[in-house]
Amino acid sequence: MEKKKTVNLDMKQYGMFLALVAIYIIFALLTGGKNLSPANINNLVMQNGYVVILAVGMLLCVLTGNIDLGVGSVVAVCGSAAGIILVDYKMNMWVAIIVALLIGLLTGIFAGIFIAYLGIPPFVVTLATMLMGRGLTYTMLQAQTKGPLPENFVFIGAGFLPTIKVPYGDGTLDLVSIAVAIVATVLVILSEIKTLATKKKYGFALTPVWQAAIKDAILLFIIWFFFFKLACWNGIPFVLLIMAVLVVIYAFVTDKTVAGRQIYALGGNRKAAQLSGIDTKKVFFWVYVNMGVLSALAGIVLAARNASATPKAGDGFEMDAIASCYIGGAAVAGGAGTIVGAVVGAFVMGILNNGMSLYGWTTDIQKIVKGLVLLGAVTVDVLSKRKKG
Amino acid sequence: MSEYILEMNHITKAFSGVKALDDVNLKVEKGEIHALCGENGAGKSTLMNVLSGVYPHGTYDGDVVYKGEVCNFHNLKDSEGKGIVIIHQELALSPLLSVAENVFLGNEQLKFKGVIDWTKTRQRATEMLAKVGLENEDVNVPVSSLGVGKQQLIEIAKAMAKKVELLILDEPTASLNDEESKNLLDIMLELKAQGITCIIISHKLNEIEYVADSVTIIRDGKSIETIKKGVDDFTEDRIIKGMVGRELTNRYPVREGVEIGDVIFEVKNWNAFHPDDPDRQVLKDINIQVRAGEVVGLAGLMGAGRTEFAMSVFGHSYGQKISGQVFMHGKEVKMNTVKQAIENKLAYVSEDRKGNGLVLIGDIKENMVLAARPQYFSNKGVINGSEEILAAQEYKEKINVKATSIEQVVGSLSGGNQQKVVLAKWMLTQPDVLILDEPTRGIDVGAKYEIYCVINDLAKAGKAVIVISSEMPEIIGTCDRTYVINEGEIAGELSKGEITQEGIMQKIMAHNRRGEI
Repeated sequence: MEKKKTVNLDMKQYGMFLALVAIYIIFALLTGGKNLSPANINNLVMQNGYVVILAVGMLLCVLTGNIDLGVGSVVAVCGSAAGIILVDYKMNMWVAIIVALLIGLLTGIFAGIFIAYLGIPPFVVTLATMLMGRGLTYTMLQAQTKGPLPENFVFIGAGFLPTIKVPYGDGTLDLVSIAVAIVATVLVILSEIKTLATKKKYGFALTPVWQAAIKDAILLFIIWFFFFKLACWNGIPFVLLIMAVLVVIYAFVTDKTVAGRQIYALGGNRKAAQLSGIDTKKVFFWVYVNMGVLSALAGIVLAARNASATPKAGDGFEMDAIASCYIGGAAVAGGAGTIVGAVVGAFVMGILNNGMSLYGWTTDIQKIVKGLVLLGAVTVDVLSKRKKG
Repeated sequence: MSEYILEMNHITKAFSGVKALDDVNLKVEKGEIHALCGENGAGKSTLMNVLSGVYPHGTYDGDVVYKGEVCNFHNLKDSEGKGIVIIHQELALSPLLSVAENVFLGNEQLKFKGVIDWTKTRQRATEMLAKVGLENEDVNVPVSSLGVGKQQLIEIAKAMAKKVELLILDEPTASLNDEESKNLLDIMLELKAQGITCIIISHKLNEIEYVADSVTIIRDGKSIETIKKGVDDFTEDRIIKGMVGRELTNRYPVREGVEIGDVIFEVKNWNAFHPDDPDRQVLKDINIQVRAGEVVGLAGLMGAGRTEFAMSVFGHSYGQKISGQVFMHGKEVKMNTVKQAIENKLAYVSEDRKGNGLVLIGDIKENMVLAARPQYFSNKGVINGSEEILAAQEYKEKINVKATSIEQVVGSLSGGNQQKVVLAKWMLTQPDVLILDEPTRGIDVGAKYEIYCVINDLAKAGKAVIVISSEMPEIIGTCDRTYVINEGEIAGELSKGEITQEGIMQKIMAHNRRGEI
């Protein structure tokens, strides 16, 4: 009889997740539970929507071992283009969305050509797009805020999915949110069963049952807590749907498709990737084109949430997106990192911002804390790897 | 009995409970060249790291006695202060700095505190270079403009500048050709004449036989024995016996029952120019053909153009202005990109497995399926994960990759096992023709044997195999036929019975003299 192999859960994989919960609980204590309110949970989602969208795109850049500094400016350019079309030309919402996405696509192609096909370092190229984009935004908007934007456009950033509200306590409860939580629960359990079956089939080391159970219990608790709070408020924000769809698509692409794994191989060793038949220039090109399009999407969401386009929009977003990836465990040298990690990283930043605001710290202090958290997270990551080696 | 300059007594060093060194003893006499032999992972480098203070005093058990006193080194600086200098396999030179600056890197010639005296630096660098046979070298050029052989010598010059008394060389000739190696070994003998003691770690036993006065053999973290020249039997076979613990009667497995078929791979009139210099022709009118089931060598000196040839054929991965034709099974095929080359069933296993072959932070499975994925492990761009796992597991068993599972990170494997992963990666692309560039560089005797077995299996399966190797015995031991390449041209061809070291060298010499007649 062969001895059953078991392996403990890799705590590093879940470390960021636990940190997220811990930070949330600390601020719950500090603020006397202010950040637990349904309204605040809803705010967290809406405030961080665009950071999550950018972090997803940025992760691909980080996987190649690079970053994109231009995203904040592209967010502004696309948002202001949408604003001008809606306010000055009074055109249809869809025209605005399509034009904004096309502008994002073009900026991505522009950066991609320089980076992939002319071999200019991404840091330089995107520093240039950052400056150019910001200048372009001020020129387009003549340094004025464009608004207010029409109701149907604002829905993208501030609207909610249809709800079925029933009376509950002092307010109402949305049954759609609860249904989503139930579906999520079923999915979590099914995926655990599937993982177990795969591991057994191939004779991989199994995780002890109690560890898997605790992991799933915590996950389910978070899901129920989250959706219950949303149900008590206005239901599911439209932005959450956008985020969920993006995360699912990009998690699939990075993990299960040839194109996705080629990004990892390129980041891990460019020469080896080339000699394995990977067109590394093409990979680089599409990574930056993708970043351009996602920046445009974030620009649309941001403009919609603010119901206006401002020349300062998206200022510093590139740093939030980059920090999200690193906090989420992506390797600075490239080749390692996950979409889920980047999203968790984005929420760590979001919860910090949110908690500190509620606690009454100024944005100046918040920046100091965020800087320390980024430094701390990457330091822990690097040191823990060194110990293993 | 002569005086010992170094005695390492009962050294035991453990890493998280696993003993890398177990009661190792090493005694080195003053003024001798002492070789350290053992398979990869036997503990040679660990022992040298204990000696040089990389593992500080207190992290190991046992004594290091140097020149009669017990030493407690805490870092490299301590040991260098006593005149012990270690030169690692990976050179510690800063490629864009000048030769002179590199010679005094970390040991700068100063005017006063913190300010470099450039005149003195250049002048003394020239002196140091003279000691290692580089009298006529310009000390102002960047190190990267010199070949690996000379860079190795500059490392030694750097050690000389530190007033070295005990010089440790870890695989100094691993990336040198025969001529450069010979030169380096002769420099070692010269240093010995000047009274410098040397410890050399090497897999090349013929070099040890040539240069060393005694050999200490380490196996599985234990010191097995010390053999002295002139006292004991001091031959390659004797050393191998000590290293593997048994007699390895044949270093090359016999290939039996292989039917050599038709020509399946042919390259005609192949020309290519240097990637940075469009006027410099690197490859001239190369014609080769290989039959199914045949193992063909590409012999030649380092820099002869063998790797350049293989890479330029393999999807134009090297050079520019490439011209010539490639035929697979008699049909001309285009191989302008690596993808096309793979689709046309050609595989190229690079000589530089870490730099060009592997994603070191990736696991075994990811590395194995990387090249074959688009064709064999995916459907419309979506990966078939379970097929990949099955294939990776099959190949891990098949070619005996020693790892806990296919999820182990490749960077943590030994050189031999890494090489097997690269081989598996290319076997998974189901090629008809494989080019293996230095397939056994830097790996131990046992793993070499296993790689040769894989080559035999490939030939048996009717594949055409091309072996590029700078180790002539390897060409002799594995190939049915060999081309000799020199200065980017085919210098000749040798059939099985004709392949000898002399035969290969004669072709090269004759080719070198071709213009003189």
